[in-house]
Amino acid sequence: MSELRLLQGNEACVEGALAAGMRFFAGYPITPSTEIAERCALRLPQKGGKFIQMEDELASIAAVIGASVAGVKAMTATSGPGFSLMQENIGYASLAEIPCVIVNVQRCGPSSGLPTSPAQGDYMQARWGTHGDHPIIAISPSTVQEAYTLMIRCFNLSEKYRVPVIFLMDEIVGHLREGTEFPAAESLELYERVSSPVMGIDKHCYQVEEGEWAPRLNPFGRGERYNITGLIHDEGGFPTNNKATARALISRLLDKIDRNTEDICDAREYRMEDAEIAVVCYGGTVRSAMAAVERARAEGARVGMFRPVTVWPFPEARLRAWLPQLKGLIVAEHNHGQMLLEVERVARRPARMIGRVNGTLIPPDEIYAAIMEDNV
Amino acid sequence: MINGINGVSDINGVSDINGISDINGISDINGVSDINGINGRYELCFAGSGGQGVILTSIIFAEAALLNGKKAAQSQSYGPEARGGSCLGETIISNGNIWFTKITRPDFLLALTRQSLDQYAGQVRPGGFILADSELTLPAVDVKYARLPILRAACQDVKNPMTANIVAAGAINSLLRLFPDKTLEEAIRRHVPAGTEQINLRALEAGRQLVAKAAA
Amino acid sequence: MREYSDLIYKYTRVDHLPHIWCAGCGNGILTRDVAVAFERLKLEREKTVVVSGIGCSSRAAGYLDVNTIHTTHGRALAFATGIKLANPELHVVVITGDGDCAAIGGNHLIHAARRNIDLTAIVFNNNTYGMTGGQYSPTTPTGDKGTTAPYGNIDRAFDIARLAESSGASYTARGTAYHTLETIQAIERGILHKGFSLIDCYSVCPTYYGRKNKKGSAVDMLIWQRDHGVPRARYDALSPEERQGKFPVGILQQNDYPEFIEQYQRIIDGCETEQERSAFIHD
Repeated sequence: MSELRLLQGNEACVEGALAAGMRFFAGYPITPSTEIAERCALRLPQKGGKFIQMEDELASIAAVIGASVAGVKAMTATSGPGFSLMQENIGYASLAEIPCVIVNVQRCGPSSGLPTSPAQGDYMQARWGTHGDHPIIAISPSTVQEAYTLMIRCFNLSEKYRVPVIFLMDEIVGHLREGTEFPAAESLELYERVSSPVMGIDKHCYQVEEGEWAPRLNPFGRGERYNITGLIHDEGGFPTNNKATARALISRLLDKIDRNTEDICDAREYRMEDAEIAVVCYGGTVRSAMAAVERARAEGARVGMFRPVTVWPFPEARLRAWLPQLKGLIVAEHNHGQMLLEVERVARRPARMIGRVNGTLIPPDEIYAAIMEDNV
Repeated sequence: MINGINGVSDINGVSDINGISDINGISDINGVSDINGINGRYELCFAGSGGQGVILTSIIFAEAALLNGKKAAQSQSYGPEARGGSCLGETIISNGNIWFTKITRPDFLLALTRQSLDQYAGQVRPGGFILADSELTLPAVDVKYARLPILRAACQDVKNPMTANIVAAGAINSLLRLFPDKTLEEAIRRHVPAGTEQINLRALEAGRQLVAKAAA
Repeated sequence: MREYSDLIYKYTRVDHLPHIWCAGCGNGILTRDVAVAFERLKLEREKTVVVSGIGCSSRAAGYLDVNTIHTTHGRALAFATGIKLANPELHVVVITGDGDCAAIGGNHLIHAARRNIDLTAIVFNNNTYGMTGGQYSPTTPTGDKGTTAPYGNIDRAFDIARLAESSGASYTARGTAYHTLETIQAIERGILHKGFSLIDCYSVCPTYYGRKNKKGSAVDMLIWQRDHGVPRARYDALSPEERQGKFPVGILQQNDYPEFIEQYQRIIDGCETEQERSAFIHD
């Protein structure tokens, strides 16, 4: 571990990405994510990487996918309005299985909303923003340190499953400064994209090896000549209208996430052992909830916190394991009830919602009061 | 004009004849070496107008806290304006984990504009401390306070109005005795633009002198 | 007996032929022009990338036996920018259409041109949205009809080559489905050119645009191109009166404005000498 550095969440996520091997960034300025582009502009050429400010978010995500096709770990960063613009190509990356990381530092919406104020209103958009049934992974950090470490996990999962990964930050963590340690480079576990030396020219670039979930597409320029398309395609990478092929492809795309949730899903539990009430929250909201849970615990309440780190797919098996002992479920998020729907789906019972959409943070007192009310 | 025509004599009944500075109760401040804020948190609030650099001041105190082996969380809120508009830097210092990242009841408030003083003075916890520019009149609140000519010192002593935020930092550290001088100097070196270290260290010293003179 | 020429065997994926274009479409001729240019330049196919967007034009990528990527509507130039910047050793050629690059992708066109990034954009310009059935496009002449302009198009048409030039493209050229030799040469020189090059190639769409506007058969439309397009050298020799109703075919303009990736590489080189400044810790 290095010395403690005072870093902003947005800056830490860039350092994490660089540690993961990110060497390409394309983006467009937007509050509250702009520091990410600024730091990439400064840092990437120092690492021999490339930064480009594109003309809009449509172009940014397109350039990122292009760079990944050329074999470089690539990312972009944006906030709500830009995230909306990126959705079509996020679907493209899902279907064409091009690894990439999209950072969304959420701000208060809808539309232009409150650009400098926090919110978590893009939770559902991160899952369902692009059209069609598609695979996606989304991860949400709660501290500046995690903005660094979880960014590395974003790249690892993206490369391993060849799927776009959304780093679902929020203004709370993005603009927060805290002490951050950079782990030693040799201690990092990095997943490098598997490419196949045996891939036949042009034939079965999208064929998936036995026991694997994603194809081993080589970067353009490595020797093969193959086709990538956003149309439903066969194992050769060419468009087809064959219904059986379409079904097989879409099933595999969804299965590669759904059947690997144990590997992908991550959640953190705090004082859940004997908890009868759980506060479920993620991202920056964890900061309010932890303060409330600690205070309530100090006063004897049997309360814990369940925090999805992988917010998509929702770590439902982990939550389900706690349900028998829980009498109360409180969901806190900076929106009008989005993860609430997932929690209630998994719990099959109503949860109490503490939400906020006015650009301010949920004060710990509010969560504390809800805990104490439920704690009877 | 440095002082309002109302003079500086007010509820605390302490004034100095120059009407520039008045300080009350600094001897009661033990500094954060033992984090005497509520719940083990010491909350500092830096308020001003966009462009005055109060957010940088809040960053510097967070960095100094880290250098001093404490935990720190720094955040800010501001409007769309790069210049003007109200602007708030928030720094929380603690020996333990800092969960909620926002100021709830500040232990300390720096206010460089009337608007920010009016907005935040009432939130300072009883027994907390306010440092305001001496052009400002304090509302009647139950806190210790100091009024010092921060903006004027930046213009006249440091000869650069942009250094008011660092003048304030020097004054704050002298008033609250938060960190060793060297720590704060290192924090400043880490965060001011390259090439401006010297003028900012002069500004820091000018801030310390304001307190020394006022206390004398 | 071989069904196709050597060129076709070498540069197209013959197992994906025949192509989906209508009889008489100019896109097949233009795709062959691209293949001939590749052949003449001896481009290594493994190091060549063709990027396309969406539309009739953009199906060309799938038929060419190089690295090909069929992207989203309008975004081909943005994808290509990422590919080229990430690996400047690749020859990156974009095949796009008038709707793809001048309507939905118009912003990417002007900015790729402004950056002068080393890409070659080849526009299969057929004055209509063929894939969706003949709606008016940004290059449909004023007054002409489309399925969404049943009373005649009231918009003015873009000249895509001039649009690119005014946006900063350092090489622009005009091709047509008829003027094969000039078009091949224009593509070849565009690929060789260091900077953003655009070859605006007039295709023909007898099925939708031609039929809607009574332009006659595919042959009639090619004859129109023959009679109105004049190779650049000959065009230059014409008097202003003789130029009336004619347009030049071949290179329109070329300059040596600095290229984006070369300039960016200078930034990288400058950084490396500074040895990862400590700036990143406390900037």
